[in-house]
Amino acid sequence: MQQNTMVEPMNDILTVSDLTVSFDGFKAVDGLTFSVEQDELRVVIGPNGAGKTTLLDMICGKTRPSHGSIRFKGLELSQMVDYQITRAGVGRKFQTPSIYQDLTVFENLEISSPVNRSVLGALFIKHRPEVTEKIESVAGQISLQNELTTKAGILSHGQKQWLEIGLLLMQDPDLMLLDEPVAGMSARERELTAELLKNISGGRSLVVIEHDMAFVKMIAKTVSVLHQGKLLAEGSMSAMQSDERVIEVYLGG
Amino acid sequence: MRKKATTAGVPQAKANLRNRVVNQLERFGMLILIFLLLLVVPLSLDTFRLGLAAKYLCFAFPAVGIVLFWGYGGILSLGQGVFFGMGSYMMAMFLKLESAANPDSSSGTALAAFFGSAGLPDFMVWNSIEQLPWFWEPFHHVWITIPAIIILPPLIAFVLSYMNFRNRVSGVYFTIVTLAFAAIMAIVIIGQQGYTGGINGITDFKTFLGLDLDTSQAKYVMYYITAVLLVLAVFAGRFILKSRLGKVLVAIRDQEDRARFSGYDAAMFKAFIFAVGALFASVGGAMFTIQVGLASPSLVGIVPSIEMVIYAAVGGRLSLIGAVYGAIMVNGAKTFFSENFVEYWTFFIGGMYVFVVMFLPLGLAGILDRIRGAAKHNGRTDE
Repeated sequence: MQQNTMVEPMNDILTVSDLTVSFDGFKAVDGLTFSVEQDELRVVIGPNGAGKTTLLDMICGKTRPSHGSIRFKGLELSQMVDYQITRAGVGRKFQTPSIYQDLTVFENLEISSPVNRSVLGALFIKHRPEVTEKIESVAGQISLQNELTTKAGILSHGQKQWLEIGLLLMQDPDLMLLDEPVAGMSARERELTAELLKNISGGRSLVVIEHDMAFVKMIAKTVSVLHQGKLLAEGSMSAMQSDERVIEVYLGG
Repeated sequence: MRKKATTAGVPQAKANLRNRVVNQLERFGMLILIFLLLLVVPLSLDTFRLGLAAKYLCFAFPAVGIVLFWGYGGILSLGQGVFFGMGSYMMAMFLKLESAANPDSSSGTALAAFFGSAGLPDFMVWNSIEQLPWFWEPFHHVWITIPAIIILPPLIAFVLSYMNFRNRVSGVYFTIVTLAFAAIMAIVIIGQQGYTGGINGITDFKTFLGLDLDTSQAKYVMYYITAVLLVLAVFAGRFILKSRLGKVLVAIRDQEDRARFSGYDAAMFKAFIFAVGALFASVGGAMFTIQVGLASPSLVGIVPSIEMVIYAAVGGRLSLIGAVYGAIMVNGAKTFFSENFVEYWTFFIGGMYVFVVMFLPLGLAGILDRIRGAAKHNGRTDE
């Protein structure tokens, strides 16, 4: 089953082992073992209810696992709370774009900057010019450099998705978890997003959940297929497309 | 991804200009408020009306706090009366002990002397309490009373709300918790008559640090202290909202998950702003008691707590200055209606709230914003 995992554990930034969570007896993720290497862009696919989003929820601390372990850079994430996990270097993008509607694009990016996140720091310490530079460079990456003073709430759906990716980029996370980043985007926006993900994957690891197979083909090197809370198969996109089990539960349907 | 930033400067500059205009309008609003509170009101009103104005200003304190944590923090508390009451009762305890300790000025002295309990507050004598309860003792001293008014309510607010927020009790559930606190506090005060004065509250104060509270000089002094403190509270609120913390609060209000996954301890921020609100309410309560001469359970429970939210809603829940005007207007209306329509005034107040919620969701300040927005819009189409 897990042929490709554990090959070079030294290189893994994230190692999930025997992870299980049950909601009222229903095991959304069931004994999952899974790992992501340094600088890897991993795509996770699978039918609805396979446990993809729940897996990301557990990694980033939104859901507490029933048992199992999540190792990230030598830390045990299953014992930490959400904001500590974020500070350790895990960024999470949600399925529906969650950005701060009432703040401008600039302010959205500004408060996502990982400095002075304590109450007193936020009250008394002003950002240094480096942060403004960083905001401008991130805004350029996500094609929002002309929208810095726009209220985020009036951006288009695609731009909101990008902005949320931008919020993560401000934190410079070592691991980014993206849940359906191109949902609701036009074809052109998808292409731009694929380009963006390839650009930002340099120097960090990405885990992307996606349903859009054309998009997956654009970005994926390694694909993990989840089914009923377990890892069904893992390998290159072409290998997965010819894997009978994968076709049966997901692609062929 | 490769669009050039050639035109970025123009909208940026326009937005900067707009921000400057908005800032100037805000500063202008502040100046008008300071002018009104420090000059117009005290110079134009007789001492009776000045006393009323002072009372209204005291209610503006909790309203300013409510703007901070409700308007910007998204936390609705229907229990601000608790913190207003804490400040009010702590000040009342101090004033009562000062009155009781001064034999010339207390009407209950003869009675107290008769029962052999001189130095006790009159209502304790009537309730056959023979020794001052331990929790009254610290309030012999002004240097304990004032720090207690400033520190205790925010501390209690912080601890209680942090426990709730950390366990993800928020939104309407937290509101119910605050409602329960307001009810409990009123019940405890009414039930423990011997220690708290019960339903009658604590009243009949003579002096504050030797200053005779009945003189018009004292009334002016206290009015000015209240007005200055209120302006300071509004400034402090502005400082908080202008800082990055203000943005983080809005972020938490709109997308708490996102903010937590941006590395913020959301519970800590929410508890902090709630504690600031408690501080303002407590100071308002203390000033109320000095000037109105009363600490009463009728200022603690659910109804007054809801009224405080109405002040903020009428003024505009996103406007600190609006909260001050809201408190003054609603209380002014209350005085007017209760003088003229004794039976029905609560209906007027309720109707006012319903009207604001339905037609002016951003309160009085919202009307200004709309006018300003329209002006801005016209300006843009002219170009």
